[in-house]
Amino acid sequence: MNDHRGFESVIGLEVHAQLLTRSKIFCGCPTAFGATPNSHVCPVCLGHPGALPVLNRAAVEHAVRFGLAIGCRINQRSVFARKNYFYPDLPKGYQISQFDRPLCEHGQLVVDVDGQPRPIGIIRVHLEEDAGKNLHQGSDPSRSYVDYNRAGVPLAEIVSAPDLRSPAEAVAYLRELRAILIYLESCDGNMQEGSFRCDANVSVRPVGQSALGTRTELKNINSFKFVAQALEHEIERQIDVLADGGQVEQETRLWDEEAHRTRPMRGKEESHDYRYFPDPDLLPLVVDDGWLERLRRERPLLPADRRARLQGELGLPAPDVAMLVEDKALGDYFEAALSRCPGNPRAVANWVVNDVQALVKNAVGGAAACPVAPDALGALIGLVDAGVVASAGARQVFFELAAGRASDPAVAARALGVELVDDSAALAAAVDQVIASSGAEVDKYRAGKKQVIGYLVGQVLRRLGGKVDPKQVNELLRRRLDA
Amino acid sequence: MTSLDDLSLTEAAALLERRALTSRELTAACLARAEQRRSLNSVIALLADRAMVEAEDSDRRRAAGAARGPLDGIPLGVKDNILLAGVPATAGSNILRRHVAAYDATAVERLRRAGAVLLAKLNLDEFGMGSSNENSAFGPCRNPWDESRTPGGSSGGAAAAVAAGLCLGCLGTDTGGSIRQPAAFCGVSGLRPTYGRVSRYGVIAFASSLDQVGPLGRSAGDVALLMNAIAGHDPRDSTSAPRPVPDFAAAIGRGVRGLRVGLPREYFELGGCTADVAAAVRDAIAVLEAAGARVSEIALPHTRYAIACYYLIATAEASSNLARYDGVRYGDRVDPGRGLAELYLATRGQGFGAEVKRRILLGTFVLSAGYYDAYYRRAQQVRTLISRDFEQAFAAVDVIAAPIAPTPAFALGEKTADPLTMYLSDIFTISVNLGGVCGMSVPCGLSAGPRPLPIGLQLIGRPFDEESVLAAAGALQEATDWHRRRPPEGGSGRP
Repeated sequence: MNDHRGFESVIGLEVHAQLLTRSKIFCGCPTAFGATPNSHVCPVCLGHPGALPVLNRAAVEHAVRFGLAIGCRINQRSVFARKNYFYPDLPKGYQISQFDRPLCEHGQLVVDVDGQPRPIGIIRVHLEEDAGKNLHQGSDPSRSYVDYNRAGVPLAEIVSAPDLRSPAEAVAYLRELRAILIYLESCDGNMQEGSFRCDANVSVRPVGQSALGTRTELKNINSFKFVAQALEHEIERQIDVLADGGQVEQETRLWDEEAHRTRPMRGKEESHDYRYFPDPDLLPLVVDDGWLERLRRERPLLPADRRARLQGELGLPAPDVAMLVEDKALGDYFEAALSRCPGNPRAVANWVVNDVQALVKNAVGGAAACPVAPDALGALIGLVDAGVVASAGARQVFFELAAGRASDPAVAARALGVELVDDSAALAAAVDQVIASSGAEVDKYRAGKKQVIGYLVGQVLRRLGGKVDPKQVNELLRRRLDA
Repeated sequence: MTSLDDLSLTEAAALLERRALTSRELTAACLARAEQRRSLNSVIALLADRAMVEAEDSDRRRAAGAARGPLDGIPLGVKDNILLAGVPATAGSNILRRHVAAYDATAVERLRRAGAVLLAKLNLDEFGMGSSNENSAFGPCRNPWDESRTPGGSSGGAAAAVAAGLCLGCLGTDTGGSIRQPAAFCGVSGLRPTYGRVSRYGVIAFASSLDQVGPLGRSAGDVALLMNAIAGHDPRDSTSAPRPVPDFAAAIGRGVRGLRVGLPREYFELGGCTADVAAAVRDAIAVLEAAGARVSEIALPHTRYAIACYYLIATAEASSNLARYDGVRYGDRVDPGRGLAELYLATRGQGFGAEVKRRILLGTFVLSAGYYDAYYRRAQQVRTLISRDFEQAFAAVDVIAAPIAPTPAFALGEKTADPLTMYLSDIFTISVNLGGVCGMSVPCGLSAGPRPLPIGLQLIGRPFDEESVLAAAGALQEATDWHRRRPPEGGSGRP
């Protein structure tokens, strides 16, 4: 994509992240998703006459923590402004947002596509209130309905610089942004429910040209897959237009996932004059030194910290690192399991990214809700390392734990009968019997066909019902046969 | 004993306290008075049944020895842009004609807590936009001194109701003079507190950075008692000030010995006051001087820009504040069935009156891209200069004395044809709102002629120094009886 028929693409992203506060940004109504329409409303978030906003400081803390995490300058004095426009889902006829004095500015995020780390500028992060939702199905099909439960839910709007050069970079940027928000416990990152939403500004220009081309804005892209597809289609479309000698029109386009293409938004509504001005109902937001210092001190673990640990300190393979970093719950699970079995991070990672991940892939709550406790997995891996169970037996134990039929792996291994025999006499006897009864194979081995050892190991294992470590059998056989 | 209709709040409180009067009697008298003076059109909704229940509650409390203070059992009125749960709050507008308030305004809640009886929602200019009460969807209110004249605005109904004895005090709102000017026109006392002193929660916004709730009463003492109940920080209004609240009533008798009173040169030069107004104001200042005040001239050089500045800031804020009245969630909806845009146009087109539309248009223009810097930002800069004028003046004086309006109450219809002339009548009051100070109107004389009309003196104080203003008002009322004058019975004056 970086060089496409002599063009390069330039992408900037605007992300709206719902912040995980218990109450709305300017009133005490709950923010929970999925409630009965218009059950989480009050005079303030319905824009009743005389109602006034009062800022929820928890929303400010989320935004400041995020700003600090991406290296923003925190403006210790920022201003709420009114963005004026009419729409039924907007109760007051204006949205309380921030305009020329946002809370955070000048941050940066490093994205890594194909091992090439690239810094992406973040112009600003500001606080605003979400709007309600128009519902077009209700008891009367000729009417529209509005649900104001979402009106007033706090949002952080995160605006990137036009630094992204390909759909892959855009997706990598979004993944990292989302991971940071989830690590901070500031946003649940759920794109389907709309708690993490993305609009994209995209333009193309001939490679080597420094001036930006005319951009279009893409809306309604609610999954990483659609972000990539929508950008790819839009870039192709713009290049087609330019290659045909045409001009790209500045407009807002929607991603139509059915038709698999972008199309212009109906009605040219983008010539809005929002008539921003400072909201006289709210004082300037002041984040004093003490407050800022406390938030700085409370800096929680971030994806970059975990990446550094898993990659640098533990030396895990890159695909495992990527998965354990992006999925915070899975990474947390890994760390918890590892603390029980600190000697073998690779084995723990292997179990977590394969078996645990497969188990929780579609579960609500992800790895945090895994039926196999991380502690139990750690203990199980410990049993393998100590030679108590073989890996095939360990897998059986894992499924036993997953099915809820057991909670202690050692107990489960015994119950399943997959504990390895720790009886050298029985092993020696079995080896002797197999050597005695497999004259032809023994001859072949001694004649130099060493690979026949596999057959002999198998015979020994069968006699002992698989409850021995194959490595140990192999070793003992060789000692006898080579003597 | 004076008749019930003539009692001041302070006097009525004393009678209730002595059990020489019940709240039931007092409330019934006010309700009867309201019926008798219907021609004033000061009332939008009379809450007779509720008020009688509240009065009985109050009498029971008092009988049980559990009275809540001087306001317990006192019948009061509330301007109809202040919310009272379960009762329509119309703001004088068709668009809210049937809108029942979902909650009590903080100021109302505090009056209730003090035991007051809330008896009427009072007429006003639509959304507080006007100086004559003629911009009301419920028709103009009339001045009890002369029913052919305006009671002033926008709190015209409140001032008329207090003057005519429909209630013993009222809550009004003042964005550019809307408490003080009608108080002056109707011969009552009215205080516009410092911005932030009284919560705006539950007050239908006109211009949020200028709006302030305040009391109207029959004396400075009445006003102080009402202030004691409503003032103070409210966590539901981010712009309300977290400051301690003094006992305002204690300031009334404090006297003016040594108080430095400033006379703004520009007000006396610019205003074009009538001879009656100039003489009454001069006489009142002489009374204060005789009582020990030290009078000197001061300068408020940016006064000449105040009206222009006000009409940029107030209309800008109003254009945004009134956007919520779209017929979608509450209020009257007019839906021609041709889609959303038509619903908005019809609802707002029919719901708002001409002056409100004029100000929405002005404010929308002021905030538009390309004009913001020239108008809104520049007006904010001028506002800062006006505040600085007051700061400098208050370095040398404690209280500023001035006229409230260049003339006494003008005739209904006299200025409706020319909005600009109407705007200019607010020249003396508007700076107080822009400058973030407090101001009061107290009666200081009557005009000459067969039908005398009240004249008001304006007293302006430092931010949050309502006490000095009340002290000066108290001293004037100690030495004069202008505040005891009542309008002639029967209203008269109608052509």
